[in-house]
Formats: sequence, structure tokens, C-alpha cells
Amino acid sequence: MSNFKGKYHDELIANAAYIGTPGKGILAADESTGTIGKRLASINVENVETNRRALRELLFTTPGALQYISGVILFEETLYQSTAAGKPFVDVLKEAGVLPGIKVDKGTVELAGTDGETTTQGLDGLGARCAKYYEAGARFAKWRAVLKIGPNEPSELSIHENAYGLARYAVICQENGLVPIVEPEILVDGPHDIHKCAAITERVLAACYKALNDHHVLLEGTLLKPNMVTPGSDSPKVTPEVVAEHTVRALQRTVPAAVPAVVFLSGGQSEEQASVNLNAINQVKGKKPWTLSFSFGRALQQSTLKAWSGKEENVKKAQAAFLTRAKANSEATLGTYKGDSQLGEGASESLHVKDYKY
Amino acid sequence: MACSTLKLNSLSITNNSFSSRRGSPSLSTTRRVSLPIRASSYTDELITTAKTIASPGRGILAIDESNATAGKRLASIGLDNTETNRQAYRQLLLTTPGLGEYISGAIFFEETLYQSTTDGKKFVDCLREENIVPGIKVDKGLVPLPGSNNESWCQGLDGLASRSAEYYKQGARFAKWRTVVSIPCGPSALAVKEAAWGLARYAAISQDNGLVPIVEPEILLDGDHPIERTLEVAEKVWSEVFFYLAENNVVFEGILLKPSMVTPGAEHKQKASPETIANNTLTMLRRRVPPAVPGIMFLSGGQSEVEATLNLNAMNQSPNPWHVSFSYARALQNTVLKTWQGRPENVEAAQKSLLIRAKANSLAQLGRYSAEGESEEAQKGMFVKGYTY
Repeated sequence: MSNFKGKYHDELIANAAYIGTPGKGILAADESTGTIGKRLASINVENVETNRRALRELLFTTPGALQYISGVILFEETLYQSTAAGKPFVDVLKEAGVLPGIKVDKGTVELAGTDGETTTQGLDGLGARCAKYYEAGARFAKWRAVLKIGPNEPSELSIHENAYGLARYAVICQENGLVPIVEPEILVDGPHDIHKCAAITERVLAACYKALNDHHVLLEGTLLKPNMVTPGSDSPKVTPEVVAEHTVRALQRTVPAAVPAVVFLSGGQSEEQASVNLNAINQVKGKKPWTLSFSFGRALQQSTLKAWSGKEENVKKAQAAFLTRAKANSEATLGTYKGDSQLGEGASESLHVKDYKY
Repeated sequence: MACSTLKLNSLSITNNSFSSRRGSPSLSTTRRVSLPIRASSYTDELITTAKTIASPGRGILAIDESNATAGKRLASIGLDNTETNRQAYRQLLLTTPGLGEYISGAIFFEETLYQSTTDGKKFVDCLREENIVPGIKVDKGLVPLPGSNNESWCQGLDGLASRSAEYYKQGARFAKWRTVVSIPCGPSALAVKEAAWGLARYAAISQDNGLVPIVEPEILLDGDHPIERTLEVAEKVWSEVFFYLAENNVVFEGILLKPSMVTPGAEHKQKASPETIANNTLTMLRRRVPPAVPGIMFLSGGQSEVEATLNLNAMNQSPNPWHVSFSYARALQNTVLKTWQGRPENVEAAQKSLLIRAKANSLAQLGRYSAEGESEEAQKGMFVKGYTY
């Protein structure tokens, strides 16, 4: 059946298209309190609200960086925070032409009877929460479903369950004015080669779009946040061109042209690797009717974090690191990144953590 | 919930030779072969063939009328339904000089695939010389679907693999299978699922035997519904089709689609302009067709020759990720038949009229067609209520 036509129809389409503006992408700054604690711990910073706030302020007030960013995904706490001077973060972002987004899922739980496969929670009361977030200024949402590749995985059950969870979430968001980012992340862990990743990615994305269609989701008002198609973490590396070719082909086989933008997750790639791969993806010749951009968390913040180390006197240095990565990824969305950005400390460091849990 | 998604998992093949590696002890011990088996040795050829058919400025001439249907055409100009007459008519069409400039593929009925001209030249060779790819109708027609709301399903899977292999040997390089969906009858979820699943099975078998499958779920024009309803049904049908094609590991770069345009029902009070039809049809394509599909060859389904051309032209006014073209039978042949009247002295004129229609649609494929100077005959509608092939 066709998509439902709610009161936010035109706004959803406009916002989704805006996020996919060439040259821009998404900063994923929606680490839960627990996860951001790990980040802060890695630079010996205490996990308290003031520090979490300070880190996000550092990012959002970097001079010249927000022009490369069309949206920022926030954790709930951050949506209601302000700068030290008292200006609400949503206002800082809005004034810079950046759409605030909000993580709405409540994490993953295991599917009984499987070998560690998961489903994502968060549907209860989701409509009311989305309406509240919309009031607070959010205009898009994110929900992360997780699948893994193994001898018997992903199972039919896991694919079906995660696809239909994403579809329910997506239509509830649209009913409440939020553009849903549809994120079926297939973890990179494993010894499999790129062909297997490609086959599974195609299978999972086909199931996702079937579910979205069954749930009457307005595709023009959604975004897709998939993994790039790569070899498993325990498998020999391939060139960015090979990653790009397999990734674009997987999308050509599964993603309708009505979807305005695909914003890749970085999934443990180093900052530089993620930019270089995104650049190669944008250089692939062939049919690419969607914008191909980024929604990076670790791959945008790693060197910034290291440069900051929680110290006020390092803010400028940290902001310079963030600006460098933001600009690099902006160029990557245009296929013009030359890989010559001043690599901050840690920019080439792999960010892969086995069986990563947010 | 779509329980059919749990039905068949083509990723898992029970393998009886257990390796010494142990999986989780809480699971069954069957090993799964996790790499999908894609279209075998023919993959590259399928992709090339599909691209050839989807070449700019060209489309498909559908002449795969079954003998019974061909009989109706011949009867309309006072001819008996004999093999000689059928052969004479197809010869007229297939020996039209310069046809290959506008036509990239021709769909045959089985009888025609094995026929030759009166000079003894095989029809498939006539086509090859014009760089036209020969195709073959492989379905065995529609029959009532039990448990449905008076709807049909398409038969033809039995022995399809060996038939396809035979057709490939004879020179066919693409196949066609037409199933239908009726809006006045629902359509029921059963009918839609069956249509989609049958197409997916046929497509996988075709590719396995070297034939590019044309995927044709015709949403019949019958009914008095508005265009919004057609769009709704079309989106549902294509969503099912692509999902099942994916489950059957069909290579999308090696298929072609043959959809109906999104129009109001034939008995709906308001006619839609070519622009409205184009907008609705393109919306449907953008929402449902993966960009990997190289060509979308629309069926005419009872529109007049000129309507079919105008609508195609409207769709090609701006760029899109596919080759949007035609696969027309009646909309290419109507005037030809009427000009021929079964008389040898009319053959040249009839062939000229075929070229006129073919050229018009070629221009429409490029978005450059204008309806000025079209004959009255060409503008006559060809809708027949409850039309059965």
C-alpha cells in the first residue's frame, strides 16, 4: 500500500532532503551516558554532566565546522543542555543551519534461542516521546538495529525482527514530525570476506525496505544509515575502490531512488579510513540517485577527544582537529578528498572494538 | 505480519557433510552454506543483453500473441487463423527494413521462434542482423486462482528450466512471463503474493538458463478507480515482487521490468493527462525500483497508439536512473494490421506504418516526441473490458 500521508508530510521530505545536501553530513554525538563515559575514561576525564556538556559544546561551537554538518544526533540529555553561557544547544545548531536529531532507541537485548543475536527496544511510548522531542526542537531521529555475520547468522528471525522494528519506529517518527534514520548495522566482526558482507547487506536491506513498504513509511522522508560493505575485521584488507564498488552495488540493488540520502556509519574504521572510503564511494561511476554522505561518531571525534583531554587550554587545538575531520568528510561526499588533511593524533588509529556495544 | 518472509530462506541449504568445527551447542548441527548462489555462468551475458535491450532510443516489439490471440487479430482483418497467415504476418513485421534503429528486442511466441521467412531465413537471424535481441514468451497462460476473489494466477514453472535451455539454443536471449492483478477484485493479498512469487521463481530459472527475464505483473486497466488507488496497488505489488526476487537471488542488473503505467481505471470518470500519468508512474518507480535494474519497458495495456506514445514521452522529460521505454504489442501493431489487410501488395505500406509507430516511440523514449500529424486511427483507444490474451 502507498505511504500514509500525515500532517508532517512536506516537512519530512524537506528535512530529509536538506540533511542530504551535498558537502554536508551528520555528526553522531548521541553516545549514551554509559558510552560517553568510556570515551571520557580513555582521556582520563570524569563522567559527569559538566564534562559531557563541555565536550559537546566544544564540538558545536567549533568555528567554521558546522557548515559541513547538516544534522547532529543527540542523546536525550544533550537535547536539553546549553552552552556555559546559557544558550540552548538546539539554538546554537539551528542558527548554524544544522538540524538537531535525537536517538530514540533504548538499546539492544538478546533474542532467545539465537547465538547472541539481538533486537532493539524502544517502541513503548515512542510516539509520545517523539512528540516531546519535536517540541524541544528535534527534527530527525535515529534507531540502531544490530546484526552480525556468523556461521548461522544473521538468522531469518534476526533479519525479520530488526527490519520490522525499524519500520515500526520509522512510521511512528513520521507521525510525529521526525525524519527517521533507518540504521541496520551489520557488525564488521568476523573472518568473512567482502563478498559475504555484500550478500548479507543486500539481503538485510531488501528486508528493511520490504518492512518499510509494508508499514506505509514515506520513503522520501527517511534516511538510510548502513554499514559500508567491507571484509570482516579478521579478514585481509582491500582497497577503498573495492569497498566502494561493492557498497554502491549493494545500494543499487536495494535502495529505491525515493530515499534522498544514504549516510554511512563508520563502524570502527579509523577517521582517515572512513573519509577515504566515503570519498571512493562518491567516485564510483554508475547510477547513484541518492546523496552518499556520512553519519560518523567515533570517526569524527576521535582525534578531537585526544587533543582535548578534558583541558580548557586544549579547546582550540581540539576544535581544529574536529574542523579538519569535518572538512575532510565534506570533501569526501563530493569525491574531492585528497587524503592530505593534517592527521591528528589517532586519526589513523582503528576504532574497532570487538562485538561493540553502545 | 508478513509471515511469507519466513517461508523460504534461500541462504540456507542443509549440508549433510558436517565439518569438525563446532557451532554453539544449543543450536541444531546442520551447517549452512551462507554464500548465495547467483545466476551461474550466464551472469555477464545477462547483464550485456539487458543493457543492449535498454539502449537509448529503442524499445521492444511484442509479437508473442498466442495462436488463439493471434487468431483474433487476423479475424479483425478477415483472415483465417492458419499457420501460414500467422507466419506471413510476423514476416511482414520482422523483415521491415531499418527496424533495428528503433527496436532493440522482439518477443516471440514459441511457434514463431522456430519459423522462417518464405525464403527460408530464420526469423531469429532476421533479427540478429538488425541488432534486435530475440525473446520468448515462456508462461503458459492464466488460470483461476482457487481461494481468491475471482482472480487469476500464471502457470508455466513445470519444466521451465529445460524449455528455457532449448529456447536459448534456438537463439532466444530474453524471456517474458505475464501475470495479472485486478483492482476491482481487490486485489487479494493471496493474488498479489502469488503473482510476485511466480515471477520471482520464473526469473531465477530464466537467468539460470541464460535468458534475461522480463518481469511483468500487469495491473489491469479494468475498473473505475482513481489514479491514487492504482498507485497504492502498484506500490504494493512491486514491493512484493522485488522482495521475492531478492529472496530468489535474482541478479537485478540482468532483468527488465514490464510494468503498467499508473493511470486511472478505464471506467473512471476523469481521464488523466500524460503529465499526471508520468508523475504518478515515476513516483511509483522511485519508491520501488532499485537503480540496478537497467530497463523499464512499459506495456500499453489497451491505450491508443498515440496515448501510449504521449505518456512514454511525458515520463522521459527529465533524467531518471533507468532506461524508461516501451514493450508494446497492440500500440505498435494496430495500424500495421489495418494497413496490411492480409494483402501482399500492402506489405510495404504496412511496414512503413510500423516504422512510423516505432520511430514515434523511439522519440518518446528520448523525450522528444510531438503528436502533430498523427493519424486518426492511431488515436483510437484499444481498451477491451475484461480483456483476456
